[in-house]
Amino acid sequence: METVPKLGNNVPPKKDKLQGKKKKPRRYWEEETTQTAAGASPGPPRKRKRNRELRPQKPKNTHSTKKSRISKKPQVPKKPRERRSPGPQRSLSGAQDPFTGPAPVPVEVVQKFCRIDKSKKLPRSETKIRSRLEAAEAQEEEISVKAARSELLLAEEPGFLEGEDGEDTAKICQADIVEAVDIASAAKHFDLNLRQFGPYRLNYSRTGRHLAFGGRRGHVAALDWVTKKLMCEINVMEAVRDIRFLHSEALLAVAQNRWLHIYDNQGIELHCIRRCDRITQLEFLPFHFLLATASETGFLTYLDVSVGKIVAALNARAGRLNIMTQNPYNAVIHLGHSNGTVSLWSPAMKEPLAKILCHRGGVRAVAVDSTGTHMATSGLDHQLKIFDLRGTFQPLSARTLPQGAGHLAFSQRGLLAAGMGDVVNIWAGQGKASPPSLEQPYLTHRLSGHVHGLQFCPFEDVLGVGHSGGITSMLVPGAAEPNFDGLESNPYRSRKQRQEWEVKALLEKVPAELICLDPRALAEVDVISLEQEEKERLERLVRSRPPRARAFLTPTSCPHHVLRSAVPCLGSLFQVSLLSPPSGLRSRHQASLPAKAKAEGPQLYSKSGEEEEEGHG
Amino acid sequence: MSLSASAPGPCEIQAGEMSSSRAAKSSLLALNQQGELEDLPRDYPLSTSEDEGDSGGERKHQKLLEAISSLDGKNRRKLAERSEASPKVSEFSVNSEGSGEKLVLSDLLEPVKTSSSLAAVKKQLNRVKSKKTVELPLHREEIHREVAFNKTSQVLSKWDPVAQKNWQAEQLVFPLSKQQSIFPPIEHVVSGWKARTPLEQEIFNLLHKNKQPVTDPLLTPTEKASLKAMSLEEVKMRRAELQRARALQSYYEARARREKKIKSKKYHKLLKKGKAKQALKEFEKLRKVNPAAALEELEKLEKARMMERMSLKPQNSGKWAKSKAVMAKYDLEARQAMQEQLARNKELMQKIQVASESVEEEGGAEEEGEPFVPDVVNEVQVKADRPNPWMFRNHSGDTKEAEVQGDPEELAEPAAQEAPESEEEGPVVAEEILLKEFEERRSLRQKSGLNQIAKPVGSQEAKDLSSQEVLSELRALSQKLNRESHQSRKQELSSTRTVLAVQRGEPSGEEEEPLLLQRPQRARTLDELEELGKEGCFQNKELPRAAVEGQQLERNPSNHLGVPKEKKRKEQMTDLQNLLTTKSPSMKSLAVPTTVEELEDEERDQRQTIKEAFAGDDVIRDFLKEKREAVEASKPKDVDLTLPGWGEWGGVGLKPSAKKRRRFLIKGPEGPPRKDKNLPNVILKEKQNIHAVAHQVRMLPYPFTHHQQFERTIQAPIGSTWDPQRSFQKLTMPKVVTKPGHIIKPIKAEDVGYRSSSRSDLSVVQRNPK
Repeated sequence: METVPKLGNNVPPKKDKLQGKKKKPRRYWEEETTQTAAGASPGPPRKRKRNRELRPQKPKNTHSTKKSRISKKPQVPKKPRERRSPGPQRSLSGAQDPFTGPAPVPVEVVQKFCRIDKSKKLPRSETKIRSRLEAAEAQEEEISVKAARSELLLAEEPGFLEGEDGEDTAKICQADIVEAVDIASAAKHFDLNLRQFGPYRLNYSRTGRHLAFGGRRGHVAALDWVTKKLMCEINVMEAVRDIRFLHSEALLAVAQNRWLHIYDNQGIELHCIRRCDRITQLEFLPFHFLLATASETGFLTYLDVSVGKIVAALNARAGRLNIMTQNPYNAVIHLGHSNGTVSLWSPAMKEPLAKILCHRGGVRAVAVDSTGTHMATSGLDHQLKIFDLRGTFQPLSARTLPQGAGHLAFSQRGLLAAGMGDVVNIWAGQGKASPPSLEQPYLTHRLSGHVHGLQFCPFEDVLGVGHSGGITSMLVPGAAEPNFDGLESNPYRSRKQRQEWEVKALLEKVPAELICLDPRALAEVDVISLEQEEKERLERLVRSRPPRARAFLTPTSCPHHVLRSAVPCLGSLFQVSLLSPPSGLRSRHQASLPAKAKAEGPQLYSKSGEEEEEGHG
Repeated sequence: MSLSASAPGPCEIQAGEMSSSRAAKSSLLALNQQGELEDLPRDYPLSTSEDEGDSGGERKHQKLLEAISSLDGKNRRKLAERSEASPKVSEFSVNSEGSGEKLVLSDLLEPVKTSSSLAAVKKQLNRVKSKKTVELPLHREEIHREVAFNKTSQVLSKWDPVAQKNWQAEQLVFPLSKQQSIFPPIEHVVSGWKARTPLEQEIFNLLHKNKQPVTDPLLTPTEKASLKAMSLEEVKMRRAELQRARALQSYYEARARREKKIKSKKYHKLLKKGKAKQALKEFEKLRKVNPAAALEELEKLEKARMMERMSLKPQNSGKWAKSKAVMAKYDLEARQAMQEQLARNKELMQKIQVASESVEEEGGAEEEGEPFVPDVVNEVQVKADRPNPWMFRNHSGDTKEAEVQGDPEELAEPAAQEAPESEEEGPVVAEEILLKEFEERRSLRQKSGLNQIAKPVGSQEAKDLSSQEVLSELRALSQKLNRESHQSRKQELSSTRTVLAVQRGEPSGEEEEPLLLQRPQRARTLDELEELGKEGCFQNKELPRAAVEGQQLERNPSNHLGVPKEKKRKEQMTDLQNLLTTKSPSMKSLAVPTTVEELEDEERDQRQTIKEAFAGDDVIRDFLKEKREAVEASKPKDVDLTLPGWGEWGGVGLKPSAKKRRRFLIKGPEGPPRKDKNLPNVILKEKQNIHAVAHQVRMLPYPFTHHQQFERTIQAPIGSTWDPQRSFQKLTMPKVVTKPGHIIKPIKAEDVGYRSSSRSDLSVVQRNPK
């Protein structure tokens, strides 16, 4: 066991002790003098030799650290540091780096970046395959460690409201929060008093910088809500049902009474899409550049905004559609229906991917959290339920609300907001991926009108509420992701940056047909066609072989490596096959028999005819 | 069965046994056929001329005669001799064209039967076979070749590690250049450094004189090595120790293996018994010495019992039990054994409740002694004496309640409010304890009724210990409790869940309305309301699941679902209903007062009617129907191949018989089980998304034999969005990099670090640059 010699004060007394026990160690400056004398004796190796010895050690050391880059136990500080080379890297002064080697990485963070699913057990594999698998795993570990290291760059941390000594946070009103926070944050709480144009729908852009809202009575406006700079304000002189930003804040889709209109940030109407009529709800899938619209006529239409083509128009066959939300994880559209079901849609399929019976009455609102694991629904039966979307679709928790929630929204960090009448309730969970616990509301707020639209602002601890009295921007501590990806959605980006991002995003556009329930399924092998192809290959092989050899090539399920071994030994098996007719042949004959018998009648094939007569008689 | 090999065409297979004479006849027949076929140029290529055919005819005649002569005699076997090259010689078929004789299987098989004379021959053959042939001496040239080969391969094997390294290298850069040494570490530079200036020399002199280390103040590696080195004795001792440990381990392993192999049941039984006895003895001892540890041990036992219970097989369906059951009628011993097993089973299944009960009683006594003990103490006790809270559902409810009641105390509230509340708390606890005692005897269904009985007792207890004021408060509280539980029961029974919430909302709303304006006061009422709600809820929660389910079953017929249906469907229905109704427990129907709207009576009525309109079972029934249809649609269809009129009368109004239909119905293959088979509230689409499938991999690359193996290697995504920039670059770097404009020369020994000492090496290398 090699140990790193300790530094400083500890060393000298220890040395003395050792000296007392053993013979006095020779100093290197004595080397020159004693070298000649000690020639034959097994003395210490020369310095040159030592140097040479050290060299091959180096790669070994790095290897060992590579293997144990992450410690299995999270608490125990990492060992590899000690195991590293026993301090040849000492500086002139004798000072030693107390933290040699790379800094340790917490396991949980690394685990977050590991994507190989090790839960499934693999069939026994040969060494060659095993080495490949190991290489893949090592590579993944290396990458995830690197990614975990770069977590350091995420400077911001999320925080929640915490009541003093068990004080109920729900009792803290907005005014208190505004009083407590800094000026910049306080400015994020505001009310827009717009009583004239009816209940408002609102939408934040993906960067969280811009806000668009549309009143029922035709008032449409977009503004940079942080600076409160108005971009445009128009009245479309028609009922506005829903409003949504497209991929950037420069384009705005408005579902009006009749058709779908698209405006730019100056309020100029760019398009009027007549193929989408009587739209009730809009949803934009940012990675696919798809605008999903749900109409009164019961159609779910996907419009590709990058090419202006309607990708799919699906008939939901469930009457009027007015509840729609998207799953941000897999871009599946969730529709709520009046028969208590929620159906999941992808543009590639004419029928819903899944249908979940959620409530006994009709569904009033649906929301899916950003990780795609939880879905919150509320129904006419006044219940609020949270469903697990990872395969089982079972309710995790449920709660009856006095009035039932008409609007639901999930924040980036998994807070759930529900609008009930003129009250907004917010529930919080334990962590990011945990479902919100419905026991105690985290915050409540009473508005001046009935809630009509709810959305959490991305990257800001703000909840935007559109109601009959205008717009309210609430402060909800801990709602949003504190760190934004500057290349993906940068709230502070300039116009040039936005344009560049637009091009990049368009280049990385995901085809619409790839939307499916499990996006990881793309990394799987298409087993059905694999088997089919294997079968065909075998059949081809069988046909190309001489008849007697076919006995061994029955296209059942022999994998190709078995086949490979079977082919060369045909010669040795030849004599056996000579004595008994090849079974492959026989089976082929039998297979072809019924068809012929049907065509030519039972008379021609006396034997099979007998059999048939037996069957008939 | 005979195998005719006369014709080069496909084998002709004739079934049935054949006597020798028949065989001969058949051969004759075959000959005749051959004669006939002779005219046709089918069997032979066109090049065979007429005269050949003539001579063939003669030979045929000869053969015919021979065949006839062989008819009467014992089937004499002729040696098949190939006199001329037949047109078709194939390795796959034996051509006996030359002899013109059919090869009969019986001929081949016969020698196996008897004939001792052949045995001798066989022996001889074996002897010959067993002898090894002496290898031919190698030629001179061959020797040279071999030596040269060995030499070359030896020389070339030097390159193996290099080649291996290059194969495994992540990236190769051509032209190969020597690795540029990075800046040498400062220590190395310093070691080569010498004092030049007079000042330096002086300093070094000083240092040397005082025997101070110049570059390295600590021990040199040689010193360290000498320090670290073990003495010979030490090494020996250590080695002996290790040896001993190894030997011991191997003994132990061998013993364990031997013991594991023992199949005797008796032995194992004895072993088990012995172990049990030992354990009991130890436990007794422990109980005397250390009761706490004994308790722990007991707990462990309990856990083991639970595990056993969980993993227990049905008691009399094992192989052994079945055999014993057969024997039991006649055999007294077997009967006893069976009884013993049953008894053991029962014993295992029994709950050990005595200990926990006693502890509980103690706790109860304590409580009665001093009712104002803080809840926390209480809580801990309750928690401590139960190993598994799930096993004691009713109690756990109590603990929860205690916890929850503890909570408001912990909550920071104005001190003025806290005092009366905490006073309330004490009696409630006492009451709960009493209730608990009652619960043990009575069913939980009667609990709410019992509450009233318990009340006077509880109040008496309280009277003894606390003031009159507390009593009055208690009374009010118990009344409240009763009302709550009553309400909650009603709620359970009514199919619509939220009526209660509205009902409860009414009084609370009344309370609240004036208070809405003043915030702190309202908050206070909010708290109280919440508490009330909680108490009500937990009352509900105390009902065990079974009771709830029973109620559910009772309720079911009263619902609109009353129409008799198939049992299975009903089950599914109840399943779904459970999911939709009971799973949203009323304990969570806690209304947050702030959200309670001011509801006018008429408005509420309207709402209720709407609710009733929607809260039918139609939703469930429709959904089930839809699901059934989806399941049917996704099933593979049966194929009916029945042809009406075949083998029986056909015509208008006549249907093929059931038997025939059954015979010709090809059943569709049983697909894999549906994904939503066990999910009553979900319909999952089984169809593949063909557009997405088109993007999937459909061929396994070479070394992989199973798709799961390959999948695992491609699961980690590669892209700048997923990976850090550096790792992305590393992942996507090309395998081979060539510098443009540079000549790539073959690898040389010097490049790799070999010294090209001998000429032969170099020559070999140059000759085989690859």
